[in-house]
Amino acid sequence: MMPEGIDLPVAPLAALLVIPAVSAMVLALLPGYRLTARLNVLAAFLTFLSSLSLFVERPQPGNYLFVDDLNVVFIVLGTFVGFTTSAFSASYIAHEMETGKLTPTYLRFYHAMYQCLMFAMNLGLLANNIGLMWVAVELATLTTVLMVGIYRTPAALEAAWKYFILGSVGIALALFGTILVYMAARPVIGEGHDAMVWTALIARAKDFSPELLNVAFIFLMLGYGTKVGLAPLHAWLPDAHAEGPTPISAVLSGLLLNVALYAVLRFKMLLAANPGAIAPGPLMVTLGLVSLIFAGLMLYRRRDIKRLFAYSSIEHMGLIAFAFGMGGPIANFAGLLHMTLHSLTKSAIFFTVGHIAQAKGTQDLSKIRGLTESHPVLGWALVLGVVAIAGLPPLGIFMTEFLIVSSTFAREPVLAVLVVLGLLIAFGALLLRLSEAAFGPATGDTSAVKASYVPLFAHLALVLVAGIYLPGPLVAWFRNVAELLG
Amino acid sequence: MDRFVLDFAHTLAGFMVLVSFMLLYQDRMFSLLNVFALQALVLAASVAWQAHVQDAPHLYVTALIALVLKAIIIPIVLHRVVVRLGIHRNIETVGGIGLTMLFGMGLVALSMVVMLRATAAADPLAREDLAFALSVVLLGLLMMVTRRNAVSQIIGFMSLENGLILAATGAKGMPLVVEISVAFSVLVALIVIGVFLFRIRERFDSVDVHALDESRGERQ
Repeated sequence: MMPEGIDLPVAPLAALLVIPAVSAMVLALLPGYRLTARLNVLAAFLTFLSSLSLFVERPQPGNYLFVDDLNVVFIVLGTFVGFTTSAFSASYIAHEMETGKLTPTYLRFYHAMYQCLMFAMNLGLLANNIGLMWVAVELATLTTVLMVGIYRTPAALEAAWKYFILGSVGIALALFGTILVYMAARPVIGEGHDAMVWTALIARAKDFSPELLNVAFIFLMLGYGTKVGLAPLHAWLPDAHAEGPTPISAVLSGLLLNVALYAVLRFKMLLAANPGAIAPGPLMVTLGLVSLIFAGLMLYRRRDIKRLFAYSSIEHMGLIAFAFGMGGPIANFAGLLHMTLHSLTKSAIFFTVGHIAQAKGTQDLSKIRGLTESHPVLGWALVLGVVAIAGLPPLGIFMTEFLIVSSTFAREPVLAVLVVLGLLIAFGALLLRLSEAAFGPATGDTSAVKASYVPLFAHLALVLVAGIYLPGPLVAWFRNVAELLG
Repeated sequence: MDRFVLDFAHTLAGFMVLVSFMLLYQDRMFSLLNVFALQALVLAASVAWQAHVQDAPHLYVTALIALVLKAIIIPIVLHRVVVRLGIHRNIETVGGIGLTMLFGMGLVALSMVVMLRATAAADPLAREDLAFALSVVLLGLLMMVTRRNAVSQIIGFMSLENGLILAATGAKGMPLVVEISVAFSVLVALIVIGVFLFRIRERFDSVDVHALDESRGERQ
């Protein structure tokens, strides 16, 4: 299917990009944090609504933007988590203002950057041009770097710098890969713009030079894989999660990692469409397994609560990359669902952790004890979140992990054993930390904290429901996308 | 295609690889900056040549960005940063210069083998340019790994980026090249501003996780 005619994106597509872009500018100018925080929520909500409208009306693919069954999943999930995080951010920010950790100027900057990030992620997901996708991922990296360093403490600057350097190297490698894909496409499709248009690439991929595609994929996998946080390229991730504001940790884990994964998946599809190219699966399976087991082991020695869950994100991104690397309808289905549920659960956990850190005045795990006694709602929310992320039934992640393991066991029993091993290692570490933090006598500050429970429990409720009952249309949709991924 | 066109394009690209090697062994900040400016100059010439050969006037914009921003403005700004941070004396390299150079030669050989084999079907202008470009990218990465202070890491990153621009302009008719070079310029400008404002001296990143844990106070 060649893109023809329609250059201008139609309404819902435009709204997904225009709303965040305009609100970024408005929020940069407006004073007063109560107003801007609300406007931020409103803008995120409107973006979410326009993403839902993509279900109703699917625009034709244009030269720059397009929508298909795959990116709709990412966009709806992304804008939803973006919306709930903005609601959490409003109450989080209020506390930061009261304690004087953020000044009004920085807050304006923060809100503008938040919307910039939404814009960049929507652009990256909607892009029908691999060059445009690269630019969008770079923009998303830059905005998050600025937000990670917003507290300007030495630790925050260090985290931002590290993220900056590693992220830049990652996107530089991804650009080289992108250029190579263009070089592979040029003899077949012809010079110029069309040779970077995704829909044209995938239609003609079988005629590309397989050698060039192979080299390109290695660069793309390492480049975008850095942004996914796969070991051994993950070093930026824990620092960026721990030192930035907690809403940013939630968006990083819940959204940005997914956008990078989406880029990897797109190029994986390109390679799969070419009979002469290497199978992209084993590379993803290896990186995924290494991340899973490595992160599981690293979980045991964490002393910082946000760092703990950052490593858990590496673990889960590893598992998701593993599932997509295995491929096939069941593993892809499970990978997709796991990614969705991980986004929801992990951002819910970061919402909880953000309020807990504010209530206790520390992120140090050894100083956080007996939460269920001192802050029952937050404490039990954390218990529920960790139980979900550790993969206990009846919550959704148990089901997807079970699917991944069982489908792997049918094909590669040895790999399945390794996955189970990694999952058990992580499981043990998480429950160990949880039992210390949530139960026993309470320590430290036990005064109540103003928290927004709605986004938190909305996410957890969705994860719980997904574990018990998945609506038929959703299953059919995901199954369809799983077929698409091959 | 005219033999001279090819030869001249390859000479410029080969010269960039040579300058990348020169960057590897500079042990004083000021000479490092000068060599980097030289590389940017060669890049500008190479991109301008590609613009001429491919009859693609928009590439002149990329050449101009390389010339003005990377060969003139950024070296001058970094010069001031270096003075302000007081790091204009020696810079350490990890593992010694001889070893680094050997490693660099290995990387160049690797990129030649990989790219020439992979691009057997592509046109000769792009083909060898791409091999040179990958060498510049890998040498830039090597430099980032072997240097300790933030300014020389930035130089390493920018030289890596020079390699990417070389690759992008060598790919005939590639769209968005100008946009991508602008995007990179923004990135680099932000890095430089960051270093300038926050006086970042030492590099923080390390693949050695234990060193990280120590600095993060995660160990007892």
